[in-house]
Amino acid sequence: MTKTVWGALSGGLATLACSGVALGDELNMPVGVTDVSRKIYDLHTDILLICVVIGLVLFSAMLWSIVRHRKAAGYEAAQFHENTRLEIAWTLIPVAILIAIAYPATRVLIDIYDTGGEDLTIEVRGYQWKWQYKYLDEDFNNTFGFFSTLTTSQDEIQNRTTKGEHYLLEVDNPLRIPTNRKVRFLVTSEDVIHAWWVPDFGIKRDAVPGILNEMWTIVQEPGVYRGQCTELCGKDHGFMPVVVEVLPEDEYDAWYTERVVAEKVRREALTRTFTGDELMAEGQRVYNTFCVACHQPNGQGVPPVYPALAEGLVTTGPRDRHIRTVYEGLPGTAMQAFGRQLDARELASVVHYERHAFGNNVGDITQPRDVINLMEGE
Amino acid sequence: MSDAVQDYAHEVVHEDHGPAKGLRRWLFTTNHKDIGTLYLWFSFLMLLIGGSMALVVRAELFQPGLQFVDPQFFNQMTTNHGLIMVFGAIMPAFVGLANWLLPMMLGAPDMALPRMNNLSFWILPFAFGLLISTLFMEGGGPNFGWTFYAPLSTTYAPDSVTFFIFGVHMMGASSIMGSINIIATILNMRAPGMTLMRMPLFVWTWLITAYLLLAVMPVLAGAVTMMLFDIHFGTSFFSAAGGGDPVLFQHIFWFFGHPEVYIMILPAFGIVSQIIPTFCRKPLFGYDSMVYAVASIAFLSFIVWAHHMFTVGMPLAGQLFFMYSTMLIAVPTGVKVFNWVSTMWRGSMTFETPMLFAIAFVVLFSIGGFSGLMLAITPADYQYHDTYFVVAHFHYVLVPGSLFSIIAAVYYWLPKWCGKMYDEGLGKLHFWLSFVGVNVTFFPQHFSGLAGMPRRIPDYALQFADFNMLSSIGAYVFGFSQVLFLYIVIKTIKSGEPATGRVWEAAHGLEWTLASPAPYHSFTHPPKVVLAEAHS
Amino acid sequence: MADTDEDSVYFIPDNSWFPIGIAVGLFLLVFGLGSWLNEIKAGEEPSLVAFYAGALIFAVVLYRWFAAVIDENLAGLPNARVKRSYVWGIGWFIFSEAMFFAAFFGALFYTRVLAVAWIGGEGAKGVTGDYLWPEFETAWPVVNNPDPSVFANPRESMAAPSIGNWLNYLPFWNTVILLTSSVTVHFAHTAIKDEAQGKMTLWLGVTVLLGILFLILQVEEYLEAYQELGLTLSSGIYGSTFFILTGFHGFHVTLGTFMLFIQLLRGMRGHFRPHDCFGFEASSWYWHFVDVVWVGLFLFVYVF
Ligand code: HEA
Ligand code: HEA
Ligand code: HEC
Ligand code: CUA
Ligand SMILES: [Cu+2]
Repeated sequence: MTKTVWGALSGGLATLACSGVALGDELNMPVGVTDVSRKIYDLHTDILLICVVIGLVLFSAMLWSIVRHRKAAGYEAAQFHENTRLEIAWTLIPVAILIAIAYPATRVLIDIYDTGGEDLTIEVRGYQWKWQYKYLDEDFNNTFGFFSTLTTSQDEIQNRTTKGEHYLLEVDNPLRIPTNRKVRFLVTSEDVIHAWWVPDFGIKRDAVPGILNEMWTIVQEPGVYRGQCTELCGKDHGFMPVVVEVLPEDEYDAWYTERVVAEKVRREALTRTFTGDELMAEGQRVYNTFCVACHQPNGQGVPPVYPALAEGLVTTGPRDRHIRTVYEGLPGTAMQAFGRQLDARELASVVHYERHAFGNNVGDITQPRDVINLMEGE
Repeated sequence: MSDAVQDYAHEVVHEDHGPAKGLRRWLFTTNHKDIGTLYLWFSFLMLLIGGSMALVVRAELFQPGLQFVDPQFFNQMTTNHGLIMVFGAIMPAFVGLANWLLPMMLGAPDMALPRMNNLSFWILPFAFGLLISTLFMEGGGPNFGWTFYAPLSTTYAPDSVTFFIFGVHMMGASSIMGSINIIATILNMRAPGMTLMRMPLFVWTWLITAYLLLAVMPVLAGAVTMMLFDIHFGTSFFSAAGGGDPVLFQHIFWFFGHPEVYIMILPAFGIVSQIIPTFCRKPLFGYDSMVYAVASIAFLSFIVWAHHMFTVGMPLAGQLFFMYSTMLIAVPTGVKVFNWVSTMWRGSMTFETPMLFAIAFVVLFSIGGFSGLMLAITPADYQYHDTYFVVAHFHYVLVPGSLFSIIAAVYYWLPKWCGKMYDEGLGKLHFWLSFVGVNVTFFPQHFSGLAGMPRRIPDYALQFADFNMLSSIGAYVFGFSQVLFLYIVIKTIKSGEPATGRVWEAAHGLEWTLASPAPYHSFTHPPKVVLAEAHS
Repeated sequence: MADTDEDSVYFIPDNSWFPIGIAVGLFLLVFGLGSWLNEIKAGEEPSLVAFYAGALIFAVVLYRWFAAVIDENLAGLPNARVKRSYVWGIGWFIFSEAMFFAAFFGALFYTRVLAVAWIGGEGAKGVTGDYLWPEFETAWPVVNNPDPSVFANPRESMAAPSIGNWLNYLPFWNTVILLTSSVTVHFAHTAIKDEAQGKMTLWLGVTVLLGILFLILQVEEYLEAYQELGLTLSSGIYGSTFFILTGFHGFHVTLGTFMLFIQLLRGMRGHFRPHDCFGFEASSWYWHFVDVVWVGLFLFVYVF
């Protein structure tokens, strides 16, 4: 009997002791690489310790009475109750402790809200289920942008092959930012609510459709930092990681200039005419990045929720309707308006691809011009 | 206090006209004990169903990679697990306990509005039948989390969301009628001499809980109604394109949701405050301050809701307000914890099963409360939010909190209900399995959360693997020990040793003056309550 | 609690099939309604069997239930204490209804004061408007929606004209009607206290008529909104809040009028005593509540 009770209490204490151990690495919140993340880490450590100490006092008192004040040991119950002084003390002391915590917490929070004075601004937009980053100039104009999608293979996810080191935390195009500059993020979403989080930066913000949230960071150390979408956003919520590559300033500048030039080239390509093979290659890339999650690699979809595209009415029907479906989406369904995410070349390619893949063979050709004429001509 | 009230046991038994026979008894009953029994069995069934869903979740998370279910189904499992546990297991169990105990504790013959009482119960099986049937509908059941944030739950939801909405309406109607009944019973049916400040703490906590329910269930109904209109009638409450805001949904939901979590803990406080003094053979340390603490917690619960929304991008002033108000809740809750501990101090303690669960409650609930306090610190919440740290927090307050208190209550009052004693050895075994199981399940989740594992994901990065495996093992141990609980209860009802009227050496309160099992109509004539020590 | 001995024996009704009947009816009703809505959305032919069956069961059982309670009361089964339970019951039921409206008022204030400002580029989160909705201007009533291609703009709102023109303003007359009806229902109550059956019938009848008149005018207003102003449920946040608030209020007025009408019939059969007219009192409290909600509506939906 004595043993069981000892067990109960030491169980409770052991768990607390573990939280002490938790102050070691691996098991604990990352210290991170920004000022903010370090301050948060300190706050976290302080509160945790305070709680552990209060817990220890509390549970020791319980343990003491359980061991000593037990009937089995012949202890007679005292009949005291109520003691105004004691009760005032255990109301006021916690209040004091809370104030002691609230003060530094308030200061950190005010720091976090200190937006403005940024060196560059990036729009972060959540989509089901990927991130889009746009680098903005001072007037909020888009200089260039790209999507960032999970690259972990289905084989790894379905346990058909061994999982790589960065399983589920790897993307095709990581966000790139420079060290030591204040980066301002404008976070929003295209469809449902997502949340953008990089633990090492100590920032997390919801991406809410139609509403814009701001946050900022200054990272001191170059490196690759990984996080995940942290707001339930549907089927592939677990599969939309955030990867940020922090480059030394000069490397970043070089990369940035290069991207601005590439963007110019891309914009010119929108009016070119492509061969069927070029369209198929590009279309396959687009399909595998944007469409595969729902319509599946073989175009069979997941009926009845996600329709099959192989021998589909739309994919083998009139071309204009096909373009329109992809461009405008199907309102009220998960099928989004891809006209807002893809450029004319990508749209044309993916439409062409869908009409000539998965056993479809319509035999027509779709050029970027066709998309522009149809959709922007109206 | 044994002579605080006369012993009415013998007298009442004679006047007792027993229940109807067969199925009609349960379908048509107006008796508080029958209805309490229905509620309790229903909630246990829901615990098994909701728990089985958690076991599906834990099976999928046993190892990285997708093994058993696809992500879409996984989301349906977490969502329905949350919904069924909250609305189907915990809340109905407390209402069942209220039904059984309030009339007996207050010296009343029954609940104030007996027919409505039966209606509140019978709505529930239909509501949950509807909810669970959505899992088999085309497009699947609710998959947007038990918090069903718009627009995932509106524009992007499966068609079955319409039935989910009506299901929530029905649960709300049931809760509202239940609370009205409880308030009327407590305020109107106390035996002479049972003044408010003599009421047992379980009654007090339920009175306040009933007010919380009345204040927030209609708000939840409003929230789902707006969803219904956004989905079917083209309104734009939760769409910025029409001038609404998805975040509006969260404000309304959490205005309901935060008081809701206290709805799930206040009656637990009441139960523990009944049990601890009994097994310490010593009066509760501070009865009055316990009552005031519960009232303050209830009041504060209305002004802290946005601590669930620290990352939605509220203005700074809002963040600070909600951080401070949330932190304040630690004070009255601390008063309660300190009171329990000082009741134990210099008592003459014994450790029967209900007491073991009550002690574990105090320890583990406090741990859950501490992590709650950590979550309340806004900057730190940026790191904790929507990770397994939060999952660990709320399971500590809900499982070894609410659920343990319910289990403790069943062990404590079961002899009174059915007149038979449970098997103490098995009860202790059940306790130890549950205690170990619950900690192995949920303690490691603190670590995976801090290390960065988001919640509501079917698959995770490799660094979280060990903790998840541990957690899954714990979940199965804990889950199957509840099957042992079922066995113990059935065994008691079928073949337990007869129990005495008082059952526990130092039990206080009117219910113990009745015979065991308690007569069908508790107090047909109100007893005279003469001493302030009517409560324990 | 100084109870007489008679008072202390609480009336517990016998087993009853009403509750389970209501539960079945309610289930069929909402299941039918849900299927109906989903079928409309999918463009299918709706099947209404479950809905009507549910509504019928619900209505019949409710009728029987209330009839039973009335009979019990006439037979003198419930004592004063039971009636006190009824009073607590209806009182807190009305409180819960108030909280239901509070959710919609909350939505109104939040969107009006915060969301619309932010989307229009003002306030703490004005950057939303600057960046995402450059075209949209903060205004209330919102007649130019942030994205009119999704939520069509109404041509006009229902906002009140300046106070001098209120005589031509329908919601003003609705306010007058409802406030008057609160007074007439009070007269009916006094009449019961004075045991003046004829007066009671008169004043209660007038109240019911005023209720009906209110509803007719409300329908008139809705017709105007839909047909002339282009103000609909789907014309953005102004229409959404307008119709949800006035709509649920109208629904409650319908219910209240029906309740009072039943009390009128009961009154004419002489069911009420000066100190025993709970059915009437409950309906009249409900009516006062509906009235108060309207005042809130008139102020915050129409005037300000
Ligand atoms: C029974 C249910 C219950 C209870 C009682 C609590 C109690 C508390 N909760 Fe918890 N909470 C939940 C259920 C509950 N919670 C649920 C279900 C969620 C998640 C919902 C979802 O997103 O799905 C949640 C989430 C949640 C969050 C949001 C986290 C996030 O999503 O980022 C926060 C943040 O502030 C929070 C805080 C608190 C606090 C401060 C308390 C306090 O009441 C705790 C007070 C108790 C103590 C502090 C311990 C005892 C006190 C002392 C010994 C005194 C001395 C102590 C000090 C001075 C430190 N909770
Ligand atoms: C209210 C109380 C409550 C209770 C008691 C529990 C109990 C449990 N919960 Fe629950 N949980 C929630 C409330 C609760 N939970 C909520 C609100 C959420 C958030 C949902 C959301 O994100 O939207 C959540 C989410 C949640 C998650 C996170 C999911 C995710 O984010 O992806 C996990 C993961 O481990 C989990 C696990 C468990 C486990 C293992 C138990 C165990 O205690 C369960 C024990 C199991 C049993 C009691 C079942 C026993 C049954 C059998 C052994 C089978 C026998 C079968 C038959 C006889 C038919 N829960
Ligand atoms: C988030 C899931 C999702 C993604 C990603 C997605 N779709 Fe779809 N798609 C759907 C759904 C759902 C429908 C069916 C909508 C309906 O009619 O109910 C659909 C329908 C279609 C159709 C019409 C098929 C038919 O027969 O009705 C075409 C064509 C199509 N999608 C092409 C694409 C292309 C091209 C992409 C990528 C650029 C894409 N989809 C990406 C979900 C998706
Ligand atoms: Cu995107 Cu979760
Ligand atoms: Cu909360």
